[in-house]
Amino acid sequence: MKRALVALVSGTLFGAGLAVSGMADPHRVQGFLDLLGRWDPTLAFVMAGAFLPMAIAWMVRGRLARPFADNAFDLPGTSRIDARLATGAVLFGMGWGISGLCPGPALTDLAINPLPAMIFVIAMLAGMAGHRMMR
Amino acid sequence: MMLDAFPHAMPAEGLVGGLLIGLAAAIMLLGLGRIAGVSGLAARAIGLADGGAPRSVALAFVIGLPLGGWLIATVTGGVETRFADSLWPLILGGLLVGFGTRLGSGCTSGHGVCGLSRLSRRSMLATALFMASGFATVGLMRLGGLL
Repeated sequence: MKRALVALVSGTLFGAGLAVSGMADPHRVQGFLDLLGRWDPTLAFVMAGAFLPMAIAWMVRGRLARPFADNAFDLPGTSRIDARLATGAVLFGMGWGISGLCPGPALTDLAINPLPAMIFVIAMLAGMAGHRMMR
Repeated sequence: MMLDAFPHAMPAEGLVGGLLIGLAAAIMLLGLGRIAGVSGLAARAIGLADGGAPRSVALAFVIGLPLGGWLIATVTGGVETRFADSLWPLILGGLLVGFGTRLGSGCTSGHGVCGLSRLSRRSMLATALFMASGFATVGLMRLGGLL
């Protein structure tokens, strides 16, 4: 219960940040990728803003035996590089460019612009299900 | 704050929103010991991933996203979301984003925000690749008259 509450606070802040930053707007995100057209650098400022608290958090994490509201850290490895990682990233980038959407903004937009966001999210979940069936 | 060369950019809002996103990810990391990776948490929430965060944690995070968007839209009187007019970018884009983020184990949040700040080699490569792929895709759409 406590853990779900922490996750809810984190998710809410995350969604709020996306909405404040302009990243809930697919046109603006696509604009960042549009070097040959109407380039919009906003996304770079968002990444810079997000980098700072997280860089500090990683330093704090090194001094913690366990997280504040859970029993242990459960973090992915950082070094394994393989064809799956590379292929997945390239396919994700194509979809991101085509739509201007990635998972966070799409889910956030369910509350702001439900119809197109819902269509994207359903397609995204179908893509995830497709990957699971392929394994 | 305005950037003269890019009058439509929102650098100040971007920085502030980015700080909120980083704070959210820091709460996930230091509070629950986990990466705030939206693709993985979404897959976990809906039952398309094994292991990782407990379902309740994944579901709570995923519900928080639209809640946060709704809060900002309510407080500020609206958040601009300009979607493409046609269906195909939403459907094709969604399929590729869903499949690609699962195959590549992450998206802009997990690899981009969390992985880069961790100086993870894996995430640096993934982020470089999805950025390059995004630039190339939009560049081709621009050249092909689709934008």
